[in-house]
Amino acid sequence: MILMYAGVINAALDASVVSRLAAEESEDKITAIKQLGQTADPAALAVLKALNDDVLYVAGGRVLVIIDDKATDAATGAVLAAVPDDAEGISINNRIRATLANVIAGLRLFDADRTVRLAAAVELQGNADPDAAPLLSRALEKESDPGVKAVLSLAYAQATLGANDPAVRLAAVKMLAESSDPRHRSLLLSLTDAANEPDGKVRAQAELSLRAINSRLQLSNMVGQVFTGLSLGSILLLAALGLAITYGVMGVINMAHGELLMVGAYATYGMQSIFRSKFPELIDWYVVAAIPVAFCAAALVGMIMERTVIRWLYGRVLETLLATWGLSLILIQAARVLFGAQNVEVSNPTWMSGGFELMANVQLPLNRVVIIGFSFFVLALVWVLMNKTRLGMFVRAVTQNRTMAGCVGVPTTRIDTLAFGLGAGIAGLGGVALSQISNVGPDMGQGYIVDSFMVVVLGGVGQLAGAVWAALGLGIAIKFIEGWAGAVIAKILVLVFIIIFIQKRPQGLFALKGRFVDN
Amino acid sequence: MKTRRNFLKLTALSSLMTLSGLVSLSAFAADTIKVGILHSLSGTMAISETALKETALMTIDEINKSGGVMGKKLEAVVVDPASNWPLFAEKSRQLLTQDKVSVVFGCWTSVSRKSVNPVFKELNGLLFYPVQYEGEELEKNVFYTGAAPNQQAIPAVEYLMSKDGGSAKRFVLLGTDYVYPRTTNKILRAFLKSKGVADADIMEDYTPFGHSDYQTIIAKIKKFAAEGKKTAVVSTINGDSNVPFYKELGNAGLKATDVPVVAFSVGEEELRGVDAKPLVGHLAAWNYFMSIKNPTNAKFIKMYQGWAKKQKLPNADTVVTNDPMEATYIGIHMWKQAVEKAKSTDVDKVIAAMGGQKFKAPSGFEIEMDAKNHHLHKPVLIGEIKADGQFNVVWKTKGPIKAQPWSPYITGNDKKKDEPQM
Repeated sequence: MILMYAGVINAALDASVVSRLAAEESEDKITAIKQLGQTADPAALAVLKALNDDVLYVAGGRVLVIIDDKATDAATGAVLAAVPDDAEGISINNRIRATLANVIAGLRLFDADRTVRLAAAVELQGNADPDAAPLLSRALEKESDPGVKAVLSLAYAQATLGANDPAVRLAAVKMLAESSDPRHRSLLLSLTDAANEPDGKVRAQAELSLRAINSRLQLSNMVGQVFTGLSLGSILLLAALGLAITYGVMGVINMAHGELLMVGAYATYGMQSIFRSKFPELIDWYVVAAIPVAFCAAALVGMIMERTVIRWLYGRVLETLLATWGLSLILIQAARVLFGAQNVEVSNPTWMSGGFELMANVQLPLNRVVIIGFSFFVLALVWVLMNKTRLGMFVRAVTQNRTMAGCVGVPTTRIDTLAFGLGAGIAGLGGVALSQISNVGPDMGQGYIVDSFMVVVLGGVGQLAGAVWAALGLGIAIKFIEGWAGAVIAKILVLVFIIIFIQKRPQGLFALKGRFVDN
Repeated sequence: MKTRRNFLKLTALSSLMTLSGLVSLSAFAADTIKVGILHSLSGTMAISETALKETALMTIDEINKSGGVMGKKLEAVVVDPASNWPLFAEKSRQLLTQDKVSVVFGCWTSVSRKSVNPVFKELNGLLFYPVQYEGEELEKNVFYTGAAPNQQAIPAVEYLMSKDGGSAKRFVLLGTDYVYPRTTNKILRAFLKSKGVADADIMEDYTPFGHSDYQTIIAKIKKFAAEGKKTAVVSTINGDSNVPFYKELGNAGLKATDVPVVAFSVGEEELRGVDAKPLVGHLAAWNYFMSIKNPTNAKFIKMYQGWAKKQKLPNADTVVTNDPMEATYIGIHMWKQAVEKAKSTDVDKVIAAMGGQKFKAPSGFEIEMDAKNHHLHKPVLIGEIKADGQFNVVWKTKGPIKAQPWSPYITGNDKKKDEPQM
């Protein structure tokens, strides 16, 4: 049951209490909110919700709910003829917001819908204050659903932590051993101190409960850390896969690789703009539409680069390096001219925003989960293209022995262009993913070029599998180092590690073996 | 050897190409006063600084329309130092020696200001710096129109410790790795200690410029917050890193009612690129917010919106104003008043005339330049982020307060004089 503000405000509330919602002092507002909460009146719930949503106003001493230019008196529910000119919004701060969330959740504990009750119980679980104890015990008695009941009993335990009776406190502390909420850990921690908890038994039980929570939290921390590493790894992989083809397989040191990522990201931005203006109802799917567009855009840019510049420099590593670096500057400047020097805003579609709770205290951001999946999709795509298609076979043939491939009728120059286009297109796909988590601007590619080369070189030139292991390994390593040394040190340590690694093992993690390696 | 020469040539060539496109080639005219604008229009700081360039141009346009300064029109010379700190010094030298500007409005990060300070000192130029900063500096050639720590950082932390701010007992000091966050956090640490906060209850963490992966940091904050006391985060993250930081904060479900984040470099402009709904309740401390209601501010906002439409700025219909923009606006007007008082654009005469200048600012107060210390007396406001990316003022000082560029919380500062040393 979703309560609409205007329709439900029918029963009259105590006008003096309602008007105190507009008081100057936070203290008065909070008292009024709590008083309204105790009425257990649906009308009170509607008013409190209005306050939470910033649609509660005050005009001439009357508290009004104003939605879409329609004013309703909050106390009586009467609809006003016109919105008063002097209506002023009632502002709330974090402290009031927290109380509000509590009180609203308390009122919803008696809702008929199970999901509403569960959400309310979860809301209360972390921050139920002692005042809520009677309410919670009433709700517990009434509750029949075991899932909601479990959460509620935790909330009740928390609310009674400060009770006068040591036996009640002891029961509460015992109960909290079942929790995985870091906020409960926080509360229990203070109870292990004799200054806060006079009763020795309760202190001992708090220690025990803490240990139980800690072991669960440790596991969730570990899982969280591995996930962040995986996420970074998947991003590194997406950034580097295109380069694994152009540099790894073809041997072109492409300094403009980062800019191909940028082309993909701007293509995503372009699709977002088109969807916003042309198909606003489908806006959530612009990312999906951006995937082929980004691929084609980046592939096209890549093929033009190959045809005009790079093909004349095959075999001349240094010149290729300089020429592609020049190309990267041209591409950056082109993006500045076309889209402006400032970053552009690319927003996550709703199905990629927020997170889902894997286990208590581990919330996985959806955009990162989707990107991990996407990186495996792209990896599969590259693998199929390189190993199962005619084009892939030709590419491998040309890179292994150009003359021989030419002799048996492979159009080597065209294959070069196509292969480079493929690598560039894959980079474009990486750009789509990057646009969802970091900034999209003309310079964005510069930040990824070093990382991409790092992954390809570490993995072993010419090896897709190497790139995968290098990306995931680096991702997890960086995140673990960041965990104890901070982001700045982590960056330095990783670079130092790579320098040492390359000196000891120049061929990378996986080396190509065979007759043609030296060519 | 050849390679290196090639490399150098290419670098020179490409940087030339980049520059020539952006330097405005304005015609020479004898009856104008040249004014330099030194803001990054590309790179990591472009997110914040581009709007300041536009504000400066708008203010100059406004002054020109009302007759200019001493009958002369102002002529803006815009350069792009591209978020590249040494380039700031080069560009300011170019402005002062080649373009011979009378005054420069510019810089955002403290590292860029530190990089140009010696140039302004050597060539006796005049710089107006419009952003809140860490203090610990008092240059004769610089006027600071942003906040000193006692006008922003300290009141913000005091608010977090107050009942309405959530009675925070533990603090995460999070910043970008350079001089402003490091110094501010040094001051804050000393301040917190003086308030009885133990070292174990303070966590300091830094990220490089342009950092975009805040997963670990958010996880660390969550962990730190679970140690038994109410925790708050003080963020001095600068530039476009703020977008991934706030996105991650929203996605990770860290709510303001649990762990509030107060930011010193995030305003309306930085939040334009972010969905503000998950961020409701997080805080920022400034001396001005767009949401302040008064006639001067209404006029200022309207003027900037009109300017954005006229200049066809990207997303012109959603432009916002923010604190450093207001500070830029105040700075240019005060400079104009000082020039008119001194009847000259000579740097020394203008510096002498600046002290005590007053200006009715969009913040609603009559802002005054301190007679001696080159800083403004400013009001302090603390705002909570609303769902539309605007700020709801939850705390403010009664009136403007005097800046303390030498923070009393750093030892040895009590001996330093509250005016520039000649």
